Amino acid sequence: MIKGKVVKYGDNVDTDVIIPARYLNTSDAKELAAHCMEDIDKDFSKKIKLGDIIVAEKNFGCGSSREHAPLAIKTAGISIVIAETFARIFYRNAINIGLPILESKEASKDIEEGNEVSVDLNTGIITNITKGKTYTAKPFPAFMKELISADGLIEYVKKGLVK
Amino acid sequence: MMTMTQKILAFHAGLDKVTPGELIKVKLDLVHGNDITTPVAINEFNKIGVDKVFDKEKVVIVPDHFSPNKDIKSAEQCKFMREFANKMDITNYFEVGQMGIEHALIPEKGLVVAGDLTIGADSHTCTYGALGAFSTGVGSTDMAAGMATGEAWLKVPEAIKFNLTGKLSKWVCGKDVILHIIGMIGVDGALYQSMEFTGEGLHNLSMDDRFTMANMAIEAGAKNGIFEVDDQTIAYIKQHSKKEYKVYAPDADAVYSKTYEIDLSKIRPTISFPHLPDNTRTIDEVGDITIDQSVIGSCTNGRIEDLRMAASIFKGRQVHKGVRTIIFPATQAIYLQAMREGLLEILIEAGCAVSTPTCGPCLGGHMGVLAKGERCISTTNRNFVGRMGHPESEVYLASPAIAAASAITGKISSPEDLV
Repeated sequence: MIKGKVVKYGDNVDTDVIIPARYLNTSDAKELAAHCMEDIDKDFSKKIKLGDIIVAEKNFGCGSSREHAPLAIKTAGISIVIAETFARIFYRNAINIGLPILESKEASKDIEEGNEVSVDLNTGIITNITKGKTYTAKPFPAFMKELISADGLIEYVKKGLVK
Repeated sequence: MMTMTQKILAFHAGLDKVTPGELIKVKLDLVHGNDITTPVAINEFNKIGVDKVFDKEKVVIVPDHFSPNKDIKSAEQCKFMREFANKMDITNYFEVGQMGIEHALIPEKGLVVAGDLTIGADSHTCTYGALGAFSTGVGSTDMAAGMATGEAWLKVPEAIKFNLTGKLSKWVCGKDVILHIIGMIGVDGALYQSMEFTGEGLHNLSMDDRFTMANMAIEAGAKNGIFEVDDQTIAYIKQHSKKEYKVYAPDADAVYSKTYEIDLSKIRPTISFPHLPDNTRTIDEVGDITIDQSVIGSCTNGRIEDLRMAASIFKGRQVHKGVRTIIFPATQAIYLQAMREGLLEILIEAGCAVSTPTCGPCLGGHMGVLAKGERCISTTNRNFVGRMGHPESEVYLASPAIAAASAITGKISSPEDLV
């Protein structure tokens, strides 16, 4: 069960703001996490507590394919990203590295900054504890559930499960 | 019933037919990465436990982003990548002096042809759709899995058709067309879909125009961009490659979620304002925007026609006082051709700085980063906050013609404004 406080963003949060290119001369996860969201939210990496949740609106993670983006978010302590929609490369990358993500228009519009939220990844049910409401996210197809429960693509490949 | 994209996917999945939404496993004709994405991919590859890549002819590695090495950390990343390429005996590793910007280099070297299915750890991999291939950007972990297995999982996309008619007007090129389209449909207007370009107007677009347009399919959120194959495509492929190619045309009853009619003759020079590629205006609506820097080059517009266009405008003129103008030919072959055509002399005499091929300032790396409050007009492909440097700098996206004219006047202008 995932549970945490929400940090809320709007539409089109792109991978250049998630992790600016000036930091891409390293692949060290902790270094990247320290600069996560820096250009739109200077104190992000300091204020995030392990387990906190990002909720955003449309097209989260648009732009570059840099896997450093979901990696920075995951390493910063974010337990899940909920958005109305995700950009496709970010979506793949998040699943591939084991950063949980869920799509829910209702949740993205209703949840506010600072709300306490919990998520059941098995059922896709998102609970807004602060507001006393629940929302249901679009379920993952079976193959993606396998990837997520194998903890990412590399583990999946290692297990030789690719049909 | 299938689109061009669906046909290519079906073939590479060993299926007669695929339908949108279906998850398939495909065999890859090429897997590639650059100096930012490959180091992460190598770390993931090493976890898999195989001792070689699936095919040393089909993995391509290009140091182009922070290369020639921009600082010590970048030098270490490039070294790490170089050692991997040597260990794995990668045929197509392109060292400084041989390399170019990956999405101009890879077609030029004949590594992708019509009918191919390629993935690359860079979002602008969609560029090769200009050749009638399916090419899409992925992350480093996908690149690692691809290098190890030669396969990838993909979800079959729906498609949007762009029916092209007419001919481009003077000063208008593929960049204006794609910016117009992105402005029209939005940065998520093609989310998860293929953008398929067809119609009689297609023949009036050069290969350089098509590379530019396919390059920016990702900026509309597309999975891929792809052009129907015509005589120009075949001529390009034969000129650059010995590989066998395969032409896929869309079925007459292919299903498209939307169809847009694009009259090329009606397209005006188009500029994307900060901070989204879809924040477009035509040159007529720009107003008075002074600039500090002009960048002409990149995987979007660093090809020979782009340089010819710029040189034709700079000839006999001078860069405006205080405007830094930097030119990035996308490959060594383009650089050499520009030199032989006398273009570099024109550009340098006009006051432009001409660089060796590199992605450079496009992503705020090096060779033209912006300070607080500065504005750049650029032929690159993204203008998000902080894209080219300081978070309080601004990037305006445009064609080489607009970027050149603006460099001369010191504000965003059309060549028609020049005396």
